Amino acid sequence: MMLFLEALLLQAGRNAALVSVGAALLGLSAGAAGTFMVLRKRALVADAMAHATLPGVALAFLVMVAFGGEGRSLLGLLLGAAATAALGLWAVECLTSRTRLPEDASIGAVLSVTFGAGLVLLTVIQAMSAGQQAGLEGFLLGSTAGMLQADALTVAAGGAIAGLVIWALRRPMAIVAFDEGYAATAGIDVRRTDLAGMLLVLFVTVAGLRIVGLVLIVALLIIPAVAARFWTDRAGVLLAVAAGIGGVSGWVGTALSATAPSLPAGPLVVLVAAGIFAASLLFAPGRGAVARARAARRAAPILSREESLRWIALRHADPSSPLIAQDDGRTPLSALLPVEQIAGLDRRIG
Amino acid sequence: MNALGRFPETLIPLDESPLAVHGLSAGYGGKPAVMDVDMTVIPGTLMAIVGPNGAGKSTLLKAVLGLVPRLAGEVAVFGEPFARARHRVAYVPQRASVDWDFPVRVIDVALMGLHRELGLLGRIRPHHRARAEAALERTGTLELADRQIGQLSGGQQQRVFLARALAQGADLVLLDEPFAGVDAATEAAIVRVLKSLRTEGRSVVCVHHDLGTVAEYFDRVLLLNRRPIDEGPTDLVLTDRNLQATYGGRLSARHLALVR
Repeated sequence: MMLFLEALLLQAGRNAALVSVGAALLGLSAGAAGTFMVLRKRALVADAMAHATLPGVALAFLVMVAFGGEGRSLLGLLLGAAATAALGLWAVECLTSRTRLPEDASIGAVLSVTFGAGLVLLTVIQAMSAGQQAGLEGFLLGSTAGMLQADALTVAAGGAIAGLVIWALRRPMAIVAFDEGYAATAGIDVRRTDLAGMLLVLFVTVAGLRIVGLVLIVALLIIPAVAARFWTDRAGVLLAVAAGIGGVSGWVGTALSATAPSLPAGPLVVLVAAGIFAASLLFAPGRGAVARARAARRAAPILSREESLRWIALRHADPSSPLIAQDDGRTPLSALLPVEQIAGLDRRIG
Repeated sequence: MNALGRFPETLIPLDESPLAVHGLSAGYGGKPAVMDVDMTVIPGTLMAIVGPNGAGKSTLLKAVLGLVPRLAGEVAVFGEPFARARHRVAYVPQRASVDWDFPVRVIDVALMGLHRELGLLGRIRPHHRARAEAALERTGTLELADRQIGQLSGGQQQRVFLARALAQGADLVLLDEPFAGVDAATEAAIVRVLKSLRTEGRSVVCVHHDLGTVAEYFDRVLLLNRRPIDEGPTDLVLTDRNLQATYGGRLSARHLALVR
């Protein structure tokens, strides 16, 4: 517990602190980039892209070893990941636009094929008996253990850059996601805006591989946006809230992972995000489940059948009664009239 | 010269026309949905595009805006290609095409009309907000400004999209079936706004399907059925012969009576 608090407050050592800051910035930009994908209803394309990073990571490792390097340069591995992720994205686009396959089928095909290829390459690398490949499995589920300072800085810089670009593009992105036809006539290049959104997601995905892992990064893109939707009806605010939720998830998740180095970081980050989602689903004002139930109860009629009939009888007996103005659907007439008059109304009802 | 061999009664230089279309054919997949359309919008007038279902009315509008591939012909907007004059044009699409659960309030939709002025990094300042609110006021939707767009009725939503076009301050407003499926109050509000645009010297082109109100709402009309039938002032163009040519057997005597 102490260790968790220390990690949360960045007191658990310089490296752990850097990782936490990096993860927070990553979560921030993932939440923001994911917001656009969720609003555009294309969030699963990001999942295909994430899985397509695996063969890239493995190939980059092989190339770096072949050239006599150590094979563990994070930047090199991430460049490989970005290359195959871009190929995966391109494959999804081609399958959707040039064949009769619907987009979900294209996503499924690209996701499974690229992930399968990546796993094969990973097995090959393990069989090569090179001592230093152990780090590669960390890309599947994320790991903060053994992260170097330079690695953390790479992640933090990537997250910060992506966050700034998204902020600058937030208005055209919102217009495109809301009303594509209007956007096109208003001079917004829909294709380029979509492409920019995809590239940002690609960038965030690749930057997040080391911490969250490729299997779960899509959750960090989607969950903050859908959780934030419970809190606001405005796209700009949604973006900020989603970024905040992503940032907190990254921060708290990596702090948890610092206390239990045997647990992979990715699932912890995602579980924190899921916790925030659950809390939003239940307790957000207005759209949350509790608030909705309360509103429904308030709207429901609370008069008994008997009391309702008394109001109707009153309207018949005395249409000009000043009491009728007080009929709000919940005040029983018996609270406003003396017993004998109520008895008189009841006789009319029969 | 138009299909009936009559010259446009008002000859104006092409570069002064808000929208001049010459020999336009357009459609998807190389198959034209409209063919050989000539059309000239006179500044400060309300023009209707009228024809039966499937006549290519919306396609014509979308081809002008570059949303449907142009197969032949030319389009000049204030004497320039659309891409260079788009800041002077506002478009009100058919209502159906947006996500009604989108996190956007009525005021935010109106503010979208200002996105060009705001640019990427510009902040929304009080005078921007005031313009968006004035546009909502003109369409009678200002009191709904803080509602999420999906909470409005269909007619109110249509008025908000018109407000977005107004906020843009465009000189040419193109509307696609703005009166389809709206309540009487909305129809009256939209007509009032269109007439006020005309008073300000702006021009309106509107895809319209109700023959009964064409003459009442609009100054000029283009009759279209895949090809243009006739174009000109409503009282000259809406003749029995032209309407038969546009609607063929589909037009009943009741329709004809409506027009008169």
